[in-house]
Formats: sequence, C-alpha cells, structure tokens
Amino acid sequence: MGMAWAQGRRFGRSFVRGAAVAATLLTGGAALAAEAGKPVPWQMDLQTPVTEVATEIYNFHHLLNVIMLAIVLLVLALLLIVIFRFNERAQPNPSRTTHNTMLEVAWTIVPVLILVAIAIPSFRVLRTQLSDPKADLMVKVIGHAWYWSYEYPQEVGGFKFDANLLEGEDQVKSGQPKLLATDNEMVVPVNKIVKIQVTAADVMHSWALPSFGFKIDAIPGRLNQFWFKADREGTYHGQCSELCGQRHAYMPITVKVVSDAAFQAWTAEAKTKFARVEGAGKFADAR
Amino acid sequence: MAVAASAGHADAHEHTPPFFQRWFNSTNHKDIGTLYLLFAFSAGIVGAFLSFGIRMEMEAPGLQYFSNPQTYNVFVTGHGLIMVFFMVMPALIGGFGNWFVPLMIGAPDMAFPRMNNISFWLTVAGFMSLVCSLFVEGAPGAVGAGTGWTVYPPLSTDGHPGPAVDFAIFALHLSGAGSILGAINFITTILNMRAPGMTLHKMPLFAWSMLVTAFLLLLSLPVLAGAITMLLTDRNFGTTFFSPSGGGDPILYQHLFWFFGHPEVYIMILPAFGIVSHIIATFSKKPVFGYLAMAYAMVAIGVVGFVVWAHHMYTVGLTLQTQSYFVFATMVIAVPTGVKIFSWIATMWGGSIRFTAAMHWAVGFVFLFTVGGVTGVILANAAVDRYLHDTYYVVAHFHYVLSLGAVFIIFAGVYYWFPKMTGRIIPEWAGKLHFWLAFIGANVLFFPMHFLGLAGMPRRYADYPEAFAGWHYVATMGGHIFALGMVVFVIGVVMAFRSKERAADNPWGEGATTLEWTLSSPPPFHQYETLPVIVDEPSHAH
Repeated sequence: MGMAWAQGRRFGRSFVRGAAVAATLLTGGAALAAEAGKPVPWQMDLQTPVTEVATEIYNFHHLLNVIMLAIVLLVLALLLIVIFRFNERAQPNPSRTTHNTMLEVAWTIVPVLILVAIAIPSFRVLRTQLSDPKADLMVKVIGHAWYWSYEYPQEVGGFKFDANLLEGEDQVKSGQPKLLATDNEMVVPVNKIVKIQVTAADVMHSWALPSFGFKIDAIPGRLNQFWFKADREGTYHGQCSELCGQRHAYMPITVKVVSDAAFQAWTAEAKTKFARVEGAGKFADAR
Repeated sequence: MAVAASAGHADAHEHTPPFFQRWFNSTNHKDIGTLYLLFAFSAGIVGAFLSFGIRMEMEAPGLQYFSNPQTYNVFVTGHGLIMVFFMVMPALIGGFGNWFVPLMIGAPDMAFPRMNNISFWLTVAGFMSLVCSLFVEGAPGAVGAGTGWTVYPPLSTDGHPGPAVDFAIFALHLSGAGSILGAINFITTILNMRAPGMTLHKMPLFAWSMLVTAFLLLLSLPVLAGAITMLLTDRNFGTTFFSPSGGGDPILYQHLFWFFGHPEVYIMILPAFGIVSHIIATFSKKPVFGYLAMAYAMVAIGVVGFVVWAHHMYTVGLTLQTQSYFVFATMVIAVPTGVKIFSWIATMWGGSIRFTAAMHWAVGFVFLFTVGGVTGVILANAAVDRYLHDTYYVVAHFHYVLSLGAVFIIFAGVYYWFPKMTGRIIPEWAGKLHFWLAFIGANVLFFPMHFLGLAGMPRRYADYPEAFAGWHYVATMGGHIFALGMVVFVIGVVMAFRSKERAADNPWGEGATTLEWTLSSPPPFHQYETLPVIVDEPSHAH
C-alpha cells in the first residue's frame, strides 16, 4: 500500500515534470532564456524561477496550462462542430433530445477527477511554500507609504535602512531598469534559507518578488512570515502588490543575492553605513 | 410547456399615466425595467469613460494623462464600482429581471410594485453619491476615492482623510438597500405569483437564475453593509474595528468584504446564465438540455459560492489548513459550471441553429466564459496564486468572466428581447457587426493581460517598467476596437427607432416557447388580466 502510494507520488512528480517540459516547448521557452529577476519585453510566461518554491510554481503552472488548454480546445472543437453541423441549413429538423443520463454523469464525474488530479500536486506545492524551515538569516521588512525599509538582526550587525525608488540620472547610472531600481538593496547570501518577516507602518503593502515565487502582504499590526532560498547570485526585482495610494507604482523591491564572502563584506560595511537597530537582538521566530 | 389560455392582446386605447407619474412614480414592472436599463446604459457610459482614461494612460510607460497617479487610482476605483453596482447589476437584475420575470412566470406585475420603485431610485441616489465622491477630497491633496472597489482599510481610513470615501460608502449603502429590497421583491414574486400550473420545476431558467441571485443578494449584501458601516464609524466616530492601534484588524474587513464579494460575482453572472439558456434553446429550436441539472447547478454555484471567499486572500498570511480548504472548495465550483457549459453545447447539439445576432453573442459567451473559467481554476490554486495574486492575470481573468461574460450577455439579452420590449427591430447586420468588433476587441484587449500578469505586472499601477509596454499597447488597441463596436450598437438602436418596421409578437419562431412571446410586442401596459394556465405537454419530458 505504502509502496504503491510512493510510486504514485513519484509518477505524479515525473508527470508534472514531463508536462512542464512539453508546455515549455509549446510556449517557446522564452522565459527560460531570459535574464532572471525582471520582466522582459513581450514576455508571455512566468519569470525565470530562482528558488525551489518558484520552480515548483513554474512547473505546476505549466501542468495546469496543459490541462486548461485541453479543456478550452475541447469546448472550442464542440462549438465548431455545433456551428457547422447543426446550423439551419445543414440540419433543418431539430432533434428533441433533452436528456442523456450517461453523458450527464460523465460530464460531472470527469471534471471531479481532473480537479482531484490538480489538487494533489497543488497541495504538495502549497506545503513546500508554507513549510517554514529553520532560517539561516532573518530579515524584517517594513512597508511604508511609499518605500520599503529593511532591518537585519544582531547576529549580522543589527542595522536598518530604507530602500527608495531611484529616479532620473541616478537610475540611469545604476544600470537597473526604470521603476525597478532602488537606492539600497536587500542583500542576502546565496543558497541560504532566508526568512523575512513583513509588516507595514501605515497602510497595507505587499512584498512581492516574482522570480522567487512569492508575495506576502505587509499589514499594520500583523507580522507575516515567508521564506526563500535563492539558488543563484544576481539582482532580482519586484514591486509593491497591494494598492497603497498615490505612489503605489513607485516603491519597487530589489534583492541582491551574493556569495557568502560578499555578504560578510556587505554586512561589515552596512554596520558602519546604516543606522543601528536598538534592542533588536532577536526577531520573533514564529516556528 | 404549452399555454392553454393566454392573456388577451393589448387593447388599442389602454390607459397609461401621464409622463411624470409614469416615469418618476412608476409602479409598473416593465417601466421600472426600462428605467433600470436606461440607467445601466448611462452609468455604463461613465464607467466606460473611466476605463478609456485607464487604457489611454496604460498605452505607454510614464505618466501621459494623469499628472497625479492618485487620480488614476480614483479612475480605477470608479470604473470598478460603477461597472459592478451601477451597470451590470441594474442591467441584468433590475432591467431584464424586472421586465421578464413577471412575463415569464405569468404574473401581472411584481409582488410589491411601490417597493420596486424605491429600489430603482435608491440605486440612482447611490450613483449620485458615487459621482459626488469623485469631486471631493479623498487622499490628501487629491479628489476622489482611490481605494480600489474593495475599499480596504487602512487605505480607506487613514489613507483617505477626506469625505470622498464616505460618499463612496453611502453609494454602496444606498444601492445595497435598493438591491436588498429588489431581492425581497423577486423572491416573493417568484415563490407566490407563478401562473397556475407553473411549478418550480417548470419555471423558465431565467426565473430560476433570478431566484438564486435574489437569495445571494439577500444573504450577502447585509454583510457588506455591516462591513462598510464599521468602516464609516472607524473613519468618523473613533472606533477601531479595523485598526490595530485599538485592537482591531484590517484582515477582518477583508473577510467581511469577500464574504459579500464572492457571492457578488455570482450575482453578476447567474442572471446571464439564465438568459443564455433561453437564447440558445430558442435559436437551436430545442428545449434546454438537462433542465433540472441546469437549475440545480445554479443553486449549487450559489451555495458553494458562499464558502470560498478567502481565495481572494491567499497572500494575507492564512495557515496551510485554511488555504488548503479554500483551494478545494473553490475548485468544486468548476463542476456545476462545467455542467452548465456542456449542457449549453448539448442543447445546440442536434439543433437547427439560426445564427441571429443574439445567438452570436450567446455562442461567443460560452467560449469566452470557458476561457475565463479555466483561468479561475488556475487562480484557485493558492500555490500559483502566490505568484499571480494582484497581477494583471487576475485583471484578465475577471474581465473574461465579467466583461466578456456578463456584458456579452447583457448585449445578447438586448438583441434577443429588444423586439419584445420596444416592438422595433435592430438590424441584424448591426448586431452581428457589433458582436465581431466586441469579440475581437475584447480578446485583443484582455488576452495580453494574461501575459502581463505572468511577467509580473501588478494591477492598479499608473506607471510601469518599460518591459511591459508591448502588451499594454496591444491591449489599448483592443479597447479602441471594442469602443467602435459600441458605436455600431448605438447606430443599430437609432435605426430601430427610425425604421417603420414593427416586430411580430414572436419574431423568433418555434424555438421561443416562454410566455413573454405569447404577448404583443411591446406587451400591453398591464398583462395577464386573465392568468395563463400552464398545462403539461407530454412531449416535453423532464
């Protein structure tokens, strides 16, 4: 029984992967070739995933796409048959059929089976997302109207800083895309589990990073938590994703994933450069 | 069904009240229906104007037309609120519901004609309040409420100290009260005033859809009213229901709002389901396939629609168990919806389909609603919604089910019932040209929004990074095509009123079997002075 279940699970996973590969081929795999961490012109697919969670979303979404495309094509085919075979000219005398029990049972049961087939991988990806592993680094993120601020814990120096939108010449000089560039970045080490705790100081905001596959609302009076483990170095961009007023579109998120050594160097510099966090010895760990 | 005895036709000199009496103190369900349709059309023009502003701004990156992005937020908010509460609902429920529920069930009028009148004028008053909100201060230094149609606190409390949000809240209070009264009226009418012999299981599907819709309104709107009243006292009287500074929680508002908000989307689409069933049956010259399954699928959608609300809130920090439940419950809705889609196709199967303008819209709806439905299944998965929540993918999804769903069926209903309501005929070519412009335009407008969402474009943004420019430009071009279709629609209606051609009592032939087609076109001011009697027809097996 257990064996069969395990095999079933394995089959499920390989099926997901196979379908994902097929779907990627179908859609041209444009995003995989694109630079990670930001949207590209005429993009038609999810951003390139750089974390385990984002990769799972990517594959699961492609499985869903294949199933949904099949359903839409089935309905389209049936409609085309109806249009061409059962129009007035082709079929002058309408039938009076209003029931077909087998058919009605079938179109109730088959969708149920399809939904169960979707639910199994769906719950698996959801469990990974909300699994809450032990953190290597915790960073507190606070949404303000209209910028983000970041607090690093005592173990790495205990400092905090704001990240504002870079505009005009500063943005051009930074080499980062317009409306995605910030003056300071949240810097994290590669291949480490980073947990972020998110809250807001005024109205709600939402901290979203597409290439990491996550989005978590920053809510006054609440401390939300999410985790990621970025598997490659680089600069990744996201944008505030909860309507927060006038400059909602102008509070981007930039995360720089660097090597361990570079992270050490950055924290050493940040300690002197940024304001100290008083009494923020440890962050609440909700585990 | 067969009608043993139907009401006599209009006598030529029937008495109608004088103008003011007739249109301002109206108690006639058909006149009130007409008022609702005219109101919905007028509000729709305002809503469309706002969406035109949105689309023009989004055509290219940077701020072209809105020097203050807050004004853009106000446009987005106004567009959403107007289209939901003052266009789709008045058209489908107040307009077609008032006109055709009594006609279809063989009733002389609605149960409470005077209450029907106040329902309409409360809706108008609500709209006035919403328009007022556009011209008074909301956020500091800007006019209007820029909160999104969801009016989430703290943006709608601390973020908007000016009175604009209060006006928006009153708009929802007034139109909500109107809708609750309307719902009571429909439930009473449908349960008590069906013609002799018309059991619930012989009732036309549009009446079924209105019955389910009315129950959804009755149960969900008071929750919205409660939530926005709490918002009002938080704003003005120092309560802290939604403010953590006094022990409240902004998430409470979201639960309350979506407990209303999710049934609301079915309130907008169920009447459309009813109308599309009649159009497809009429022009296929066949009875609806699986009548009982069709009726109870709507009941199932209505019931399950009440227990799925938090799929709008996957990113607020719900537990694994909560999210899993809402994923599961949400996907369940796909089953009765699938039953409806396949039953519509089965109704057409074997039929002898006449492709009138109304039928074009109905078949287009079946396909486009399927597209919007499957993206709904994708979004139901919390795991994927983590990425897609609050992106343009969601915008694409709900415009496929509303703009290409509900709105397509509003037009289908107009083309189907226009001869009955006015006795005049919109030229078929106008309806078909309008359909093709709308079909192509809406797809070019909304399909690229899926790509934008997948690429990560957040919704409610006045300005965006250059990478998103391409698809936004395409979408705006689609918007222009859709707008052109609206011009054709207006031309068609004008031509109908200028033409001397008059519609027959039943212009659609043998397939049109519901009671309204037994009356004159337009129907007499008071119909069914002798109630029609519904007798069983052996060939019409259930």
